[in-house]
Amino acid sequence: MTTDAVSTFEDSLAALEVDSVRTSADGFEDALSETVVEPAVGAPLPFDDLTLDGTTVETDPSPADLDAARTGVTAARMAIADTGSIAIRSTAAFDEPISLFAERHVAVLDADDVVEDVAAAFDQLGPWLADDRASAIVATGPSATADMGELVLGAHGPREVCVVIVDR
Amino acid sequence: MSADRDATAAHIRRLLRDEGPAVSENAGGFNRKRRAAVADLDDYDELTREARAIKEDAIERLPELLSELEASVEANGGTLYVADDAADANAYVADLVGADDTVVKSKSMTTEELDLNDALEDVGAEVFETDLGEFVIQVADESPSHIVGPAMHRSEEWIADLFAEEFEDRFDGDPPRTAQELTQFAREYLGEQIREADVGITGANFLIAESGTMALVTNEGNARKCAVTPDTHVAVTGVEKILPTVSDLRPFAELIARSATGQTLPGYLSLLTPPVETPTIDFEGDAVGSDDREFHLVLIDNGRLAMREDDDLRETLYCIRCGACANVCANFQQVGGHAFGGETYSGGIATGWETGVHGIDSAAEFNDLCTGCTRCIDACPVNIDIPRINTVVRDRINRGADPDGFDFLVEGLTPDNEPGGLPLDKRLFGNIETLARAGSALAPVSNWLADSRAVRFVLDRAVGIDRRRDLPTFQRRTLRAWAADREGLNSSETDREAVLYPDVYTNHVNVERGKAAVRTLEALGVAVTVPDVGESGRAPLSQGMVETARSNARSTADVLLDHVDAGRDVVVIEPSDLAAFRRDYADLLATDEDADRLAANSYDVLEYVYGLLENGAESAVLSGADDADGIAYHGHCQARTLGVDRYATAVLERLDYDVLTSTVECCGMAGSFGYKSAYYELSVAVGEDLVAEFTTDDATGRTVVASGTSCLDQLDELLHRDPVHPIELIAPTRAE
Repeated sequence: MTTDAVSTFEDSLAALEVDSVRTSADGFEDALSETVVEPAVGAPLPFDDLTLDGTTVETDPSPADLDAARTGVTAARMAIADTGSIAIRSTAAFDEPISLFAERHVAVLDADDVVEDVAAAFDQLGPWLADDRASAIVATGPSATADMGELVLGAHGPREVCVVIVDR
Repeated sequence: MSADRDATAAHIRRLLRDEGPAVSENAGGFNRKRRAAVADLDDYDELTREARAIKEDAIERLPELLSELEASVEANGGTLYVADDAADANAYVADLVGADDTVVKSKSMTTEELDLNDALEDVGAEVFETDLGEFVIQVADESPSHIVGPAMHRSEEWIADLFAEEFEDRFDGDPPRTAQELTQFAREYLGEQIREADVGITGANFLIAESGTMALVTNEGNARKCAVTPDTHVAVTGVEKILPTVSDLRPFAELIARSATGQTLPGYLSLLTPPVETPTIDFEGDAVGSDDREFHLVLIDNGRLAMREDDDLRETLYCIRCGACANVCANFQQVGGHAFGGETYSGGIATGWETGVHGIDSAAEFNDLCTGCTRCIDACPVNIDIPRINTVVRDRINRGADPDGFDFLVEGLTPDNEPGGLPLDKRLFGNIETLARAGSALAPVSNWLADSRAVRFVLDRAVGIDRRRDLPTFQRRTLRAWAADREGLNSSETDREAVLYPDVYTNHVNVERGKAAVRTLEALGVAVTVPDVGESGRAPLSQGMVETARSNARSTADVLLDHVDAGRDVVVIEPSDLAAFRRDYADLLATDEDADRLAANSYDVLEYVYGLLENGAESAVLSGADDADGIAYHGHCQARTLGVDRYATAVLERLDYDVLTSTVECCGMAGSFGYKSAYYELSVAVGEDLVAEFTTDDATGRTVVASGTSCLDQLDELLHRDPVHPIELIAPTRAE
């Protein structure tokens, strides 16, 4: 996607109090290690030149690992520039719970997967849901609640979200 | 009747005190955020039209979409069950749950409608609400006070006290106090339940027929955990939630969180096509890997298919349950959902839901709290005419009322088309024109009587007109009589002619503003006629007297359309009458063509003045500001919904006035509402928010201006600053 869309996306994330770092594929491992708070669990990344192998992130976690993790690392398969949203696809490798249970979620995003707006996002969601019969979460900002009298981040899901945007 | 009114007033007084402050902060806050989020969206109106059209089509094609959805869900490996009613749904779900099972639930108003938790507890299961608001009311054993924020009537401090007492054993003398600490506790406590749960129950905000996908709109993340952690996922929702395709979801995705909480998108828009690919997680056995997931989609009819056949209630099925109608409601903001009655749903669109799913008795209780201000129509992302639903239900309640012994007599004597058993206050306010005619004919004696303490006592006890309100002062000489005796601008001297609609209040009570309107229009080159025409139908409609409203509307339209045919524009002073012509007549008149023609040719008086000035009329003939006179202007609720309040501001600014505009949704008087003794204190509480805006340092020295009779009465009573209609301010100074 255009540089414009990525910088709009970064601005939208900042407005949601979501951190982001931008890196080349070569710098990915360093960037990741700076964002991960250990212990960390993760789902294998679907990008052929990016991997969690060789990092401190446990990619085959047991339920106890998941429960104890302070960071969950997953791919974001799409992002929406206008709203600062990321889309997580459910997989057999636990992308969904890994992005949800730990207090910190680190999402790894290919800069080319940033779309401009919600309408463009639906152009992709259509085939994911209707053709692949997949499941996906469009997450916008950290988990939040106002039910206890005022706004609190980290209700049932992550209190902190960080997006690692990779130019591949 | 008088005892009922006292009980209602006492109930409202208690809620104003106990629940009002938290509701006011939360609902008011959501409303402000919604307005900002909606203003931020360039194509908001287009999206609402698109969303509306999709819902209309989906409800029309519901049987066909239901089969398509069933095929999709089954092809994916799930099961779809359509339950006729609550008992049927509860039995089906209870059958999926074992006696010692732990059930975790995310927020679902539909399961509240079914009382599903009770049914599951009856078979021995332990049920935990995991949405933090639902958790609070489950622990407190209360009912939801809001469709989106079920515990919005409770403050941080109240919840802290509740938890300290209920979970004393867990705190070791140091219970959580802040929202942050309370949330952390709830997350951990409910996290334990989720980890060991056997069954997860969620609702569903939307269902996609083509793919079998369900959309869940949440911020906390609990629905995701409930759906994915246990082996069995049961989704329970209304049969009306089906959309044809994924792309049909798009406008709703853009609208729902904006309308509910002012967010651009919800924290989590979960698009689950169950059974999901995520394997189950057994925290207790520390094992993963089972992909043997069970998914049941339980769709509830429970009256919805009958609503689909009901021309007046069908619109309710388009509701996406965002709660904007409750948040925007001035009365709701003061007292919250517990004042509005209803078994499950309360406030705003709830009248439609309660009538459809629980029956009219459940809807009847506090239906009167809708004042017909119409602000909710503007707030609704699918443009549902909620006041119309409330009026229809009010009419059904009136007609279903048990006739008393003397009513055949009353029925013969009152000039309306309503049944016996209609409460006296409704009959009185619905027939306000009859009263006003007598009032003017008998003035000033009628006004002396109205000031008499004995008369006020009787009116209060027998009819429910609160003694604390000033009654209108009827003028002996009506606007029509004044205009008939007068030599005005002749139509031969000008090429523009208008009729000024003499609404009941302008004709009999606030005659001066009518005179000011005539003099203003003539000064701008318009020949004005004040026609002999009756009440518009707005007054009986507000009391749910639909047949009387229909008959008044027909007579009024016949007179006014003759003038339209003769090339005259219809100019209206009272915004609620303009709302009748532009909006309500589409329902009240038998012919759409007549309604369209009257709507197209009627104007708010300041809208008309604005148009004349834009077309070259000379503003110098009007009374402009001296040294930037300050104005504090409150736009009438219905004028704002029609979008005509802005013309008053524009004209005043053009005449160099410095205008400060109120932001509250309504003044609280709302026609007859503020006169009723059961609601007097609520009406004043709403009005106090407006007073607060007009008594700031900047506002205190300004002239108070408002366009509706009700607003002027309320402001006069609460502020004592002699409020005026904008037309009186700008009218040319009299030559005589």
